[in-house]
Amino acid sequence: MFELRDVTFAYPGQAPVFERFSWRGERGEVWAVLGPSGCGKSTLLMLLAGLLHPQAGAIVIDDERIDRPRPRTGLILQEYGLLPWATVQENVRLGLRIRRFYGPDGRHVPRDERLDSAEAQARIDHWLARLGIADIAAKYPGQISGGQRQRAAIARTLVLDPDLVLMDEPFSALDAPTREGLQALTLALCEEAGVTVVLVTHNIEEAAFVGQKVLLLEKPPNQKTNTLENTHTAHVEYRLSTAYQKACSTLRIQIDER
Amino acid sequence: MKRRDVLLATLVLFVLWYGLAAIIQRPILPTPVRVLATFLRDLPRDLGRHALVSLYRVAASIILAIALATPAGLVLGQSARLNRIFAPFIYLLFPVPKVVLVPIVLLFLGVGDFPKIVIITMILFFQILVLVRDAATAIRPELLLSVRSLGAGRRALFRFVYLPASVPAILTAVRQSIGTAVAVLYIAELFATRYGLGYYIYYQGSTLFDYPKMYAGIVAMSLLGLGLYFGVDTVERRVCRWARVDGRQ
Repeated sequence: MFELRDVTFAYPGQAPVFERFSWRGERGEVWAVLGPSGCGKSTLLMLLAGLLHPQAGAIVIDDERIDRPRPRTGLILQEYGLLPWATVQENVRLGLRIRRFYGPDGRHVPRDERLDSAEAQARIDHWLARLGIADIAAKYPGQISGGQRQRAAIARTLVLDPDLVLMDEPFSALDAPTREGLQALTLALCEEAGVTVVLVTHNIEEAAFVGQKVLLLEKPPNQKTNTLENTHTAHVEYRLSTAYQKACSTLRIQIDER
Repeated sequence: MKRRDVLLATLVLFVLWYGLAAIIQRPILPTPVRVLATFLRDLPRDLGRHALVSLYRVAASIILAIALATPAGLVLGQSARLNRIFAPFIYLLFPVPKVVLVPIVLLFLGVGDFPKIVIITMILFFQILVLVRDAATAIRPELLLSVRSLGAGRRALFRFVYLPASVPAILTAVRQSIGTAVAVLYIAELFATRYGLGYYIYYQGSTLFDYPKMYAGIVAMSLLGLGLYFGVDTVERRVCRWARVDGRQ
């Protein structure tokens, strides 16, 4: 599905964050990327999103080299991703409007995109309902809670029918109950839609709960690919299991060793 | 602010005016009743025509200034390099009182509406330019990244992010400069024209000594400024509803 081949990346005038770094994930996998702040987690996500470009090596998604944002990749950030002047509904529609703006050109919009406005509205209504924000669709981002804003951001991404969803600390600004509820819901929806997920987090518990596979990053430069298998289904009960506790402590030990 | 309070304030001002006129008892300060009667009588005649000419000049200037300053502000707001080059020039030119340029512009551009429109446009231009530039600079990088990830290239970013983000800045700039714009309109209309409220006020007051007419012209000019102000206010309240409910972002 996605692959980094010998990727080297450095911000201008700084030491490289990644050096000949390789990593691959298969379709339908749910990855958590875990590491301390400054380890390059967000950089990795921006590279996958096509918003940053490596100095050497290649990023390949679905046999295609990525050098610009790819229409079928969705990106959800921690905060401030919604247009403050647009309602929840308009925000959820934004991606579809952008697609209409360009037409199916294969560059900004998938070539096979054919969507009339009735279908588009049905899709918007569907995801608003699935994320439980249909009743606040007419409100502005400034009028709703942080959890509701993230739900809107997730709906906006899923409306576009992505096959790869990248998330950068999407739940870290939320309080614990909201966060746990939204983690489970997001994973269920992604599984339902057959989406490959890469979620970046600094939170060990989140990585253990969300990630069926975990990529551990360390202090830059990242050269080795340290991954952990954590096969499970991210149901609420999993949080109470010993397997979950064990995954957490394994991750913690791994992190401490670095 | 309630409409009732505004009406009440208007009434109080008229009462004060009336009292002052009653005390002074001189032709250079007629009572508001007489001025309003003159205003209403002359509005369908020459006063209305002068007012329309003035309105046209200000409105054309506002539209021209928005059309020129918005793209320029957005470009500077997006490009740190260009902004570095132009910021010192804006810094120098912004505070220059454009009204002192009236004679020069008239010398270069001659008679007619165009030089007057140019002067007012210059005033609005810098105000809009600076506020739009700052609004574009203040757009959060997270917002730009996530909209780009939805497939937006440069054109769509402009259409869906930069342009709507600049609307409140444009309206604020226009609202802030309307007072100055109308003041400068008055000055500009003293020269090389026989139309416009500035000309009308000056001509009635200094040549014909018809003070009620002069005051009627002053009332018309005040209403022009007020009307534009209320107009922008109304547009702002409708277009920028989100900004009033939103304290955080």
